[in-house]
Amino acid sequence: MTTQVDRPRPVRPSVPVSDRVFRGTVRAAGIAVLVIMGAIGLFLAYQAVPTLRQFGWGFFTEPSFIPNQEKLGIAAVGLFTLQVAGVAIVLAFPLALATALYISEYAPARLRRTLIAILDLMAAIPSVVYGLFGFVFLTPHMIYLSRWLSKYLGFLPFFDVRTDVNAASWEQSLYTSSPFIAGVVVAMMVLPFAASIMREVFSQAPLGEREGALALGSTRWGVIRSVVLPFGKGGVIGGTMLALGRALGETIAVVMILAPVFDIRLRILENGGVTISSLIALRFGEATQSQLSSLMAAGLVLFLFTLVVNTVASTIVARTRSGSATEI
Amino acid sequence: MAAPAIEDEATQEQPPDAQPEPEAEPDREIVDDESRKRDLRSRTLDDVLAAAGSLLGALGLVWVLYENLLPTSGPLGFFVSWFVVFVLMYAGVTAMRHPRTVMADRVVSAVVHAFAGLVGLSVLLVIGYTAVRGAEALVHINFFTSDLSSAGPLDPLTVGGVLHALVGTLVEIMIAVVITLPLGIGTAVYLNEVGGRLSRVVRTVVEAMTALPSIVAGLFVLTTVVLMAGFQRSGLAAALAISVMMLPIIARSAEVVLRVVPGGLREASLALGASQWQTVWRVVLPTARPALATALILGIARGIGETSPVLLTAGYTTYLGFDPTSGPMVSLPLMTYQLSRSSEQVDQARAFGAATVLLLVVLLLFVVARVVARSKTGR
Repeated sequence: MTTQVDRPRPVRPSVPVSDRVFRGTVRAAGIAVLVIMGAIGLFLAYQAVPTLRQFGWGFFTEPSFIPNQEKLGIAAVGLFTLQVAGVAIVLAFPLALATALYISEYAPARLRRTLIAILDLMAAIPSVVYGLFGFVFLTPHMIYLSRWLSKYLGFLPFFDVRTDVNAASWEQSLYTSSPFIAGVVVAMMVLPFAASIMREVFSQAPLGEREGALALGSTRWGVIRSVVLPFGKGGVIGGTMLALGRALGETIAVVMILAPVFDIRLRILENGGVTISSLIALRFGEATQSQLSSLMAAGLVLFLFTLVVNTVASTIVARTRSGSATEI
Repeated sequence: MAAPAIEDEATQEQPPDAQPEPEAEPDREIVDDESRKRDLRSRTLDDVLAAAGSLLGALGLVWVLYENLLPTSGPLGFFVSWFVVFVLMYAGVTAMRHPRTVMADRVVSAVVHAFAGLVGLSVLLVIGYTAVRGAEALVHINFFTSDLSSAGPLDPLTVGGVLHALVGTLVEIMIAVVITLPLGIGTAVYLNEVGGRLSRVVRTVVEAMTALPSIVAGLFVLTTVVLMAGFQRSGLAAALAISVMMLPIIARSAEVVLRVVPGGLREASLALGASQWQTVWRVVLPTARPALATALILGIARGIGETSPVLLTAGYTTYLGFDPTSGPMVSLPLMTYQLSRSSEQVDQARAFGAATVLLLVVLLLFVVARVVARSKTGR
């Protein structure tokens, strides 16, 4: 025997015309962005092919960059790029961490919004301003620190300078325009990016656990060490890596400070150096089609590098955040 | 909202266990009144004395040793040694009366405050130094009303100005906004409201493009628009390069903003029979409007300061021009960069002047963003 089972009424939600148009439009915007961005990546790769085919692996091992003599490589520029970015991150990391901790844990609650705005403002100061500041103000002051470092820590290979550090009249010009000074300026530029990501993650540390730590008698450092830092570990690593990505691609401030030198060396206190991005800024003007292709290849290497760094970073940051939508 | 009250507690100066016994504060009478709140925030006399004493003691010790006894000199070394000695003294003083937990807390607090202070100081220094050096050029009214065409590198500051660069900056950024605003917000709406399999690809690509170094974006526009398509180096090419940089920034921040619009609002609107288009247009976008405006303004502030893409695509001129399609068009950051390469003192003063004007523009955008963000939020 059969019983009449309640069947759900078939619901076929028809999408109204206005919605179809709307979806089509925004999808078109999305696709347009996809096409533009994809085109840039593909175009870069396509343009870089002739250079990479011509020079092969030599492109990564040749230090000099002289297109006229068919001597082309990014070994030296790549190394200098890493040096500048390395100095920047070593300096920016502790300062960014402390700034983020100060804003999220120590600052009075009523000052917090203002401090966050100042951090945002710092991130928006154009790089040319930092470059000008570094070039005009910082360089004459930094050479004394460079000299001190080379004098007392010169036994470390990267603090070595090819001069007599104990000479009565020291060569000041040897210490200017160094990767170290460029790195200090880049550190000031990337610091706010790292700090604001760290701060954001710290401020999401669960309240219950904070209170629990306080209730168990933690000091503020205890709360930071046992709740805030473990929870925000991803943000600290990710924020630092995002800052590293920016430091690698920074151009103008580096061009303004570094004096072009194509050498494979690690002496960061010594005058001269070229990063990949400053190479492009210096050479695009006189470049022929094939030289542009070599610059593109260098740019592609830089882009792929920053891409990997950024992707890893944003994956790490995203994992610490809860993805749930806000509900009311 | 429970959050602020609890945050207050989290940011109190010393947790309760670090407070000394009440008799350590003879000037405060203990009222046995349950209704009176215990003051958690105040520093105790012990806290203040330990910090101030170590600070002064370290100053004295370092002054004697660093300035007078040891063959050392220089302000940087002085401050660094002062800080190191201060931290050591502070730790020692604390260790005499408190357990190690409190000592660690105080040392970390001192280090965090010092580093954060250093960062704040460096921002002030960058802005202040630029403004002070720029004031030299800014006091002349012609700096705002004329271009640089009649001013050579040897002319005094009473000749020539930044008008052409200011106009160029505004024209370029306006074109860039016209391009990126609809595309960026459209993409954000697509990613967040429509979705689908393709949206994941779009999101990945947009995210990847935020890693594009600005100089490579400039190189791309230089090769395609200027060399291949045969356009001149012009304001339009520069605007395109800026757009390439701004587009992923605006799309991403707009998407983040749309994501925090409460899902309940969307559902309520749909449940009332509104179509998706009506929901987005009448509910989602208005709710997010202040935050979207903030995101856009911050994107503009970033775009205005871009130098390297403009350097490759805009060309350099000293003449005032309003036409972005033909002939070079200079912007404020590019002018700052070019003038800073000159060895003449006057040009350097002009470079600082242009940098100050640029900073003022960015600052203005920030103030506008704050005002917009505060005005009648949709939530």
